[in-house]
Amino acid sequence: MRLTNRQVIGWLEAAPLTLVLLAFLIAPIVMIVIVSFWGATEFSIYPAFQLDNYEFLFSSPVTYKVFGATLKYAFITWALTLAIGFTVAYFMAFHVRSQTVQIALFLVCTIPFWTSNIIRMISWIPFLGRNGIANQTLISWGVIDQPLEWLLYSDFSVILAFVHLYTLFMVVPIFNTMMRIDKSLLEAARDNGASGLQTLLHVILPLTKPGIMIGTIFVVTLVMGDFITVRFMSGSQRANVGRLISNDIGLLQYPSAAATAVVLLCTVLIVIAILLRFVNIRKEL
Amino acid sequence: MRTGYDLELVHLTKRYGDTVAVRDLNHVFSPGSYVCFLGPSGCGKSSTLRMIAGHEDVSEGSILLDGQDVSRLAPAQRGTAMMFQNYALFPHLSVRDNVAFSLRMKGVDKSTRHGKANELLELVDMTHLADRLPAQLSGGQQQRVALARALVTEPKVLLLDEPLSALDPFLRIRMRSELKKLQRELGITFIHVTHGQDEALALADEIVVMNNAVIEQAGPAREVWARPKTEFVARFIGGHNVIALADGKATVRADAIRIAGEGLPATVVAVEYQGAAVAVTTRTEAGDEVLALLPEEQFFAAPMTPGEAVRLSWDESGLHRLRS
Repeated sequence: MRLTNRQVIGWLEAAPLTLVLLAFLIAPIVMIVIVSFWGATEFSIYPAFQLDNYEFLFSSPVTYKVFGATLKYAFITWALTLAIGFTVAYFMAFHVRSQTVQIALFLVCTIPFWTSNIIRMISWIPFLGRNGIANQTLISWGVIDQPLEWLLYSDFSVILAFVHLYTLFMVVPIFNTMMRIDKSLLEAARDNGASGLQTLLHVILPLTKPGIMIGTIFVVTLVMGDFITVRFMSGSQRANVGRLISNDIGLLQYPSAAATAVVLLCTVLIVIAILLRFVNIRKEL
Repeated sequence: MRTGYDLELVHLTKRYGDTVAVRDLNHVFSPGSYVCFLGPSGCGKSSTLRMIAGHEDVSEGSILLDGQDVSRLAPAQRGTAMMFQNYALFPHLSVRDNVAFSLRMKGVDKSTRHGKANELLELVDMTHLADRLPAQLSGGQQQRVALARALVTEPKVLLLDEPLSALDPFLRIRMRSELKKLQRELGITFIHVTHGQDEALALADEIVVMNNAVIEQAGPAREVWARPKTEFVARFIGGHNVIALADGKATVRADAIRIAGEGLPATVVAVEYQGAAVAVTTRTEAGDEVLALLPEEQFFAAPMTPGEAVRLSWDESGLHRLRS
């Protein structure tokens, strides 16, 4: 078989991206999958093909509990970031008339991203702590007598940090989709007798679905893959799959960590596959 | 006679900050007529239409429909319906659901509203495409759907914002005859905004010519064309020559100009063959451009070329004085 010039050039054009993806995406995943079948003792790991890691993972009740907790974090964070993100994007896209103000507000939304994730997370600790600003303020107002224990190192603080960190990932794609909605559609809806709420439900929401879906994929994958937020904000008292993997790595149990990572990857892919059944996002990309 | 669904504008004014888009309009539209708002862009015709529709706040004055002041009502409560320039069909809804949208908002049950939507789609001859999405339709088909969606609310007045401007010339001529036919069948008032004088002449029972936020002239199409009141109207409506005479300006229709051995001296500037007629543009010694529309046979009996000196004449009865 002879390649024509055109085909050679085509392959050459595709080569750089192919190489990058092979080296940085495919190869590491293949590596993890391979290692997940290896064996380990207390002091060594050895190449093998055995299902021990998966067997142990699926037979341990801890696995189910931790995966359950991870999905719970993902779901609650998703619901809250969606509610906040949609409202913020709606306000910027439809209530703010001047484009200059729109751009200014959009930049304001990104200001928190000028500092690192960890710093933004840690700055909650003095605020929420037992003698933190929140508790002191509430006590001085006389709302409570005792400091609230659940403010820090709890599911509450973990989810608060997640929402704080990831709401922007919901705002941006939703805002982007909303800006593409032809404003005359809203007038047409009003002309046809739709109230504000009806326009929202029957016109804006369906047309914003692709943006919501992209934001959802961002938030769900970020939360499900996270371990540092859960560790800091729960004071190491809560677990998610990321922490399970990080603990295994800390104990040099690479095969077990790899197996958990593979199962997590599959779970996330299944979640995204289910989401994509609902909405076609190709138009947005 | 003031009966039926007559629409009246009373001292209607629209301001955007310091600029006046529509200045103190007073006009009564006769019921059941096809009205064209004609004017250059920025003359206030679209603002006027959007105020009647309720998509633009009225700064001053009122809009009376059927004896009731509707200028502060929501668009859907006025008894008007609007067809948007780009049709504004909901891209996520099928043709049938687009047409049934207003009924759905009112809470009409599915089978009733689909039945009603099918009737309207039948009217605009779109029944066979009822399950398609708007993106799968051509421009002309989208327009029919938009028309059906506006008519499903049973409006007293249908407002059309440059409805034909997005179509290609052939389709434009076809759709305009369909609009006219539909208006006759329904017997409601159509108000159609356009900047094309041929479109206005072809469609309108009444033409309202606007310029600089005011109405320059309003009247039956034939009257506006035959007796333009101002120089602006004469120039905008086309087919007229404005000639400066000793006692003010006057117009002569282009087809009333004769090129003969006697009369006003002029030079031929351009000759354009148009099929049935030949358009000869000349320039007089005073510098006015005068267009003569000669029947084809007559022109080719004595052809002219640019640069040739000619003499222009017309009957005194064809001269129409302009208000200065």
